[in-house]
Amino acid sequence: MTANPRIKLPDAAKAGEVIEIKTLITHVMETGNRHDKNGKPIPRDIINSFVVKFEGQQVFRATFGPGISANPYVAFHMRVPGPGVFEFAWTDDHGVTTVATALLKVA
Amino acid sequence: MPDPIDIAILNRRTFVAAGAAAAAFLPYLARAEDAGANALAPSQKFEDDFARIAGAVTPIEGKVTVDLPETAENGNFVPITIAVESPMTDADYVRAIHILSTENPHAHVATFYLSPVNAVARVQTRMRLAKTQNVVVLAEQSNGEMLILTTLVKVTIGGCGI
Repeated sequence: MTANPRIKLPDAAKAGEVIEIKTLITHVMETGNRHDKNGKPIPRDIINSFVVKFEGQQVFRATFGPGISANPYVAFHMRVPGPGVFEFAWTDDHGVTTVATALLKVA
Repeated sequence: MPDPIDIAILNRRTFVAAGAAAAAFLPYLARAEDAGANALAPSQKFEDDFARIAGAVTPIEGKVTVDLPETAENGNFVPITIAVESPMTDADYVRAIHILSTENPHAHVATFYLSPVNAVARVQTRMRLAKTQNVVVLAEQSNGEMLILTTLVKVTIGGCGI
């Protein structure tokens, strides 16, 4: 289950400023190497792709393997041209995409 | 039915390529060992992923900073921060940052794709480490150059069932 995406942006930025964007989402990131108590393998279930857009333009992308911890956390930077809307999309092994948006205010 | 001779040739090629990749990686590992690490042989999966990502390019050391704990008490949550010295201009930027683990069951941990819009080549995440091993970061530059940094992390309690 993918749930509860959390995004942290600065409260207000200046146009042209480089900001840090912190993201976190609730997900088990099941590796596929574990077994349940009856010895049955637990199937792999991870978020394998993370894409960030700003005003419709892709600004950051990541691919994850099972070596990324549960509840994937990613922080990155970006120079913001002005105010706008960020769109964050996490896609899991079942092809299900969870989307979150965040508004960046520019002073 | 494929011709058995073709298969033999393909296997030999794959084998030779893997051998070349292993040989290419050895100097970086040796460097990490000089710094006081034990001899840790990287897994075959690591060799394969390293060869796939580095391709024909020989990675060079420098410009990459990796912040990892010297000892990770919990292998399920190991914070990692990677920074690459780069102007991040259209002419010269970091295209991708790859994280590889030498001893996890899946060597390729993550790849982050960057462009000049990021302005700063710095990413942060949390990774799993099954046991004490080397974490290898490869940074792909816009000019095709590949930068590398190997960091040994001692793991007290391994990431369960990675």
